[in-house]
Amino acid sequence: MRTLIWPCPAADGSDREFALTAGPQDAQPVLIVPALFEEANRTRRLIAQTMRALAAQGIASVMPDLPGCNESFAALECQDVASWRAAMAAAAQHFGTSRVLSLRGGAILAPPGLPGWWLEPLGGAAALRHLMRARMVAAMEAGQPEKSDDLLAQGRRSGLELAGYRLSAAMVRDLEGSDLPRPGPGVAMLALADLGGSALWLRSEPGEDAVMAEALAATIVRGFI
Amino acid sequence: MGEDMAIRSIDTDELLRTILRNVLGLDPAQVARFDTDTGLFGALPELDSMAVAGLLTEMEDRLGIIIDDDEVDGELLETYGNLLAFAEAKRA
Repeated sequence: MRTLIWPCPAADGSDREFALTAGPQDAQPVLIVPALFEEANRTRRLIAQTMRALAAQGIASVMPDLPGCNESFAALECQDVASWRAAMAAAAQHFGTSRVLSLRGGAILAPPGLPGWWLEPLGGAAALRHLMRARMVAAMEAGQPEKSDDLLAQGRRSGLELAGYRLSAAMVRDLEGSDLPRPGPGVAMLALADLGGSALWLRSEPGEDAVMAEALAATIVRGFI
Repeated sequence: MGEDMAIRSIDTDELLRTILRNVLGLDPAQVARFDTDTGLFGALPELDSMAVAGLLTEMEDRLGIIIDDDEVDGELLETYGNLLAFAEAKRA
């Protein structure tokens, strides 16, 4: 497993991003589009285990940071769904990928036209609703309840901090308007039940699920046969 | 009629325990011991604000209900009994 820096046009003018990669360096890697926001952290170990399992089968994979997340050089508050889509499309081109695995909300960022897999896909509006709820529960706990309509109006106007993520107004509006797209040809839906897995992305203490990582890798390997 | 209600009630109870197990990653034996007075929000360390959001979303998906934001308050999440009564009322 290696970390590399690749040239990525990001919305705030930074021109490079980090990516995690594994497997043979001369092969076309599977592009892994991470889940959004907190769910990306909770699934990072699952992805790392899946990438190692793929590498053991001779399959390369690469997971770029979304601009503004993880080790990114870019600022999150300068990003929106369009800049994230552009970054993932640039990654697909730069790494010469022919297949894409997206996790959860990553499905709305997957470069169209490439076959692959969507693991438990989630639309942008649902992802936003989830973060809004977390903020409202935290506010309620602090004894200063907030109304979702007010929060959303504020977010559309001037951006919003949700679960520690500073979202631009464009990001809030984009997420709100991003329902799950119709999957293109060759895109398979992967449900938890298919993988015998657990919903690690919902948990505050996600731990790991080695069985699920193996099942996920095996599904991808079958796509190469 | 009374019997239907009883069956539905058992289903909701079972489903809610399964959701709590899955969302919070709790030990099945621990969840099986939950009674109406078992504390949830503020009592279970696994149930932080993000986990509550996940719990509500899963309840909507798996119980086939819609939870309005106005319905989410401290009382709803205080005990397992409160959450179950809410879910049963929503499904009735």
